[in-house]
Amino acid sequence: MTRPSKETSPAGAARRRPLRLRTALLTAVGWLVAVGFLLPYLQMALTSLKSEKDLTKSPGGYLPDHWTWSNFVDVWDAAPLWTYLRVSLIVAVAATVVTLACALPAAYYTARYRFRGRGAYLLLVLVTQMFAPTALVIGIYREMVALNLTDTLFALVLVNAAFNLPFCVWILHGYFSSIPKELEEAAFLDGAGRVGALTRVTLPISMPGVVTAVVYTFIAAWNEYIVALTVTASPDRRPLTVAVPSFVTQYQAHWQYLFASSLIAIVPVVILFVFVERYLIGGLTAGSVK
Amino acid sequence: MQDLETRARDAGATARPSRPSALRRAGRALTPLVWLGPSLVLITVVVLWPVVEMVRTSFQKISSSGVTLGGNGTTNYTDLFDEDDLIPVVLRTLGWVAGIVITTMVLSLAIGQLLNSRFPGRRIVRWTVIVPWAASVLMTSLIWKWMLDNYSGLVNRVLLDLHLIDEPVNWLAHPWQAMLWMMWVAVFVSLPFASFVILAGLQTIPEDVYEAARVDGAGPLRTYFGITLPLLRPSIMIASIINVINVFNSFPIIWAMTGGGPGHSTDTTTTFMYKLAFYDQNVGESGAMAVVNFVLILAMVLMYLRAARWREEVR
Repeated sequence: MTRPSKETSPAGAARRRPLRLRTALLTAVGWLVAVGFLLPYLQMALTSLKSEKDLTKSPGGYLPDHWTWSNFVDVWDAAPLWTYLRVSLIVAVAATVVTLACALPAAYYTARYRFRGRGAYLLLVLVTQMFAPTALVIGIYREMVALNLTDTLFALVLVNAAFNLPFCVWILHGYFSSIPKELEEAAFLDGAGRVGALTRVTLPISMPGVVTAVVYTFIAAWNEYIVALTVTASPDRRPLTVAVPSFVTQYQAHWQYLFASSLIAIVPVVILFVFVERYLIGGLTAGSVK
Repeated sequence: MQDLETRARDAGATARPSRPSALRRAGRALTPLVWLGPSLVLITVVVLWPVVEMVRTSFQKISSSGVTLGGNGTTNYTDLFDEDDLIPVVLRTLGWVAGIVITTMVLSLAIGQLLNSRFPGRRIVRWTVIVPWAASVLMTSLIWKWMLDNYSGLVNRVLLDLHLIDEPVNWLAHPWQAMLWMMWVAVFVSLPFASFVILAGLQTIPEDVYEAARVDGAGPLRTYFGITLPLLRPSIMIASIINVINVFNSFPIIWAMTGGGPGHSTDTTTTFMYKLAFYDQNVGESGAMAVVNFVLILAMVLMYLRAARWREEVR
């Protein structure tokens, strides 16, 4: 993390002052950016702690008049939050597992072997990347009606798994391609076989790519909105994203509960993301180099 | 890579000197299917089927309860093109995409650079930049909607306290203001991914390239435009293509903040399409809108790839 020792040479000493100024400036800008990114979520937290009466004040106050911590207890009774959380979690975890199970072998094989149809397959992945559930929601809805899968979690898992697959194949393909094949050949010649070489040698080195793929899929599925809004109907099959906005309707305006439950949905995912931030950069590097 | 395969084939050949049997050859031809099969099935069933279904729907007459009543020729398309709102909605969508993607890319180049520089607390700043990516876009849109609230919103409160406005402004009730604010929210949620792709790209640029530039006496501006920016091209392309696709298909922001209203005045193609299907119960026409929407995305991405000379990059 330290600068090269060159900076301490006499020539460097002359440059040290502007360098320190530069660091100070960067720090100031950095923290300003940080505040900018956090501000809406800080506002979310403050609003979730306001009382019902506090929320109707005009103009609104910066801080809650009464810090109503009980909102975070009451919100569990105001709506079946556990059910929504469970749905979100099941869908996100299942979709991630399915995506990975499909993407890993495909990405590995296309990175390691040349075969007829390889180019066509990679093109298909690239084209699929351009489809978003939003653009196809009518088709998805009609398909689920035809398959009798409307209002099931299975439909949500399928959709989330399929639409995140291209990004995962692409990231993992990039990562696998960047790993020298000699490493694997050694294992291969030791009689590990293709699958053995993949699981024992390539996969451990590819952790940044795998982590990026997992986190990307999990978060996309956790936050997916339009398909869940369209395909599910019964309250016990709704994920948080669809359920949370119903705290504020024409008939009621429980902004404090809306944002309390939003925070409950957001905080665990942010923590997950922060843990893997280091891997993320490595994973994205491989994807953008290839 | 060829090596590994030839070696495997050689190994097979020594084990059995005779010509590989037809069965064996068929087996070899099918090997890719074993590895690619699951993903192909998933893509076919969940992505390609809806595409076909959507195109079919656009030529069908469908009752409000969702029952197919038979073919409808091109009526859905003529109905769609007769909508007075269609042209403004399409133009608004193009402006929406262009405005957001350009702003996002410019800002993310700056933020990526910042996150790549050394300063105390960089780690924490990186974490905060991730937050809008981790948070649901819908929930982020809702907090912005609340901050822009006419009566109790933070934005009005701050502007009132700074004496920049005399009375609260109902931001989301005016189409233009609402549009600009929603574009800002879209930029806000697009920045994390774009900035991190740029940051990842910056980390692949070797230090000695900069050293060489310094030796040659290139100033910071020349170094940036002559070295950093060209080397970042793959990252910029990937970040902006994904951004174009995401922004074009963005639904929750507008849905949560204005619902496309008043009227259709803040609709983009996706919210317009959704309203046609689920509010006006006109599934066929909505299918036609979806097809038009998809052709637009395809055209934009192809134009972009052409401009960026994607082929050379891939090779």
